[in-house]
Amino acid sequence: MIYRFFNGIGQYALLMWRVFRKPESWRESWKSFWREVDLLGIDSLWIVSIISLFMGAVVTIQTALNLDDPFIPDYYIAIAVRESIILEFSPTMVSLILAGKVGSNIASTIGTMRTTEQIDALEVMGINSANYLILPKVSASVFFNPMLLVVSVGLGLLGGYLAGNWTGLVIFSDFILGLQMGWNPFYITYAIIKMIMFAFLIASISAYFGYTVKGGAVEVGRASTTAVVNSSLAIIVFNYIITDILLN
Amino acid sequence: MIEVKGLKKSFGDTEVLKGIDVNFHPGKTNLIIGRSGSGKTVFLKSVLGLHDINEGSIKYDGRDVGALSKDERKLLRQEIGMVFQGGALFDSQTVLENVMFPLNFFADMSESEKRDRANFCLSRVRLDSAHDRFPAEISGGMQKRVAIARAIAMNPKYLFCDEPNSGLDPETAIIIDNLIQEITQEFNMTTVINTHDMNSVLEIGDHIILLKEGYRAWEGNKNEILESDDPAVLDFVFRSELFKKVRSALKKD
Repeated sequence: MIYRFFNGIGQYALLMWRVFRKPESWRESWKSFWREVDLLGIDSLWIVSIISLFMGAVVTIQTALNLDDPFIPDYYIAIAVRESIILEFSPTMVSLILAGKVGSNIASTIGTMRTTEQIDALEVMGINSANYLILPKVSASVFFNPMLLVVSVGLGLLGGYLAGNWTGLVIFSDFILGLQMGWNPFYITYAIIKMIMFAFLIASISAYFGYTVKGGAVEVGRASTTAVVNSSLAIIVFNYIITDILLN
Repeated sequence: MIEVKGLKKSFGDTEVLKGIDVNFHPGKTNLIIGRSGSGKTVFLKSVLGLHDINEGSIKYDGRDVGALSKDERKLLRQEIGMVFQGGALFDSQTVLENVMFPLNFFADMSESEKRDRANFCLSRVRLDSAHDRFPAEISGGMQKRVAIARAIAMNPKYLFCDEPNSGLDPETAIIIDNLIQEITQEFNMTTVINTHDMNSVLEIGDHIILLKEGYRAWEGNKNEILESDDPAVLDFVFRSELFKKVRSALKKD
């Protein structure tokens, strides 16, 4: 078990060594990069939007019910919602969702290319398949996921405001006042750093499991599941590490 | 010419190739035959450099693959075309894009020149009407033709084919065989084909190597194989009633 773990880490490091090399053709890599931005990033906008909107609404209602005390002003609800969404829910929750959506897509796409010998075809042509297939996915995720974070934070706060307003738990002016109070801009930097780190982990770990598939359709399916599980675990562990380093 | 000397390849404790010596000549279709599990695919992938070998040497026109630098290996690979068993076409690209793919990476050509070259290769494999279709939208035989067109796009000196007519009906299989032979002679390529299709052996086998349990069991051409009394040949090639009859009929003649 321990041997397998460290062997896997070693193989992952070696694969990354092949991924971060000079591309055979910058033009082709550039084209692949934009294709991946569309596939992995823009295609994820709708799910991130829906989740963030409802997440913000639920966080607002739960916070309001927990802070239901005449000595606590209502704008504290908005402060708590803002901090929860920016610090934790948007970067971590959205990344976990993306680990499922994007991670399984990456692992199954590359895994299928492995089992149908498309990766061998690239190698025979003299193309560094790891670089050509994985680098655009990693760079597209690292580039676009922070934008998904911005969308998520915006819609999360909007969801919180709408829920507070509809339920009558927080009025508009209190919510806006709370959003502005005690604002620490570093929290946005912290959230973006987390999002970039998680984007790298999702894309690279999923690509690793897809790239090293051996067998057929069953193994591709298994690799896809393993990719999602391991990406999620890595997100949870690195969430703790980054938080400890940046906020402690 | 491709020279293979003392090629050995193991996976863990299992020795798949146990020391194979063979030369492949240009302008000829060289066929590797043998039962499933005899090491044909491992042999082909080892010669191609997709597997690291344990012992032996592989020389492409005097260039020892083991002694080449990474860049020299990369250049050598641009001289190699490969047709995979399942075609290995890129699913997300059209037929034309698949054929243009190696040109986009390595050819110093304008976009229209690349397109012309890809169109030429597609017409050479007699496929003029499927340029904008995706691999999933065309038949298995057409996929093989696209794979051949992509393999010859860079005008390679060496062409490798792994079971090029597996899964095809006999008529299409013969078309593919003849196409490969024509292309080999036309471009004077060194062609190596992995097959267990006996029709191919008798149709296009200029040079045949029979592999058995990781060894080279027999070597000859399509005329010699019909005459051979080698037990390995009799056991593998003339096992079916049809080929026994073919052999005895030819012997009577």
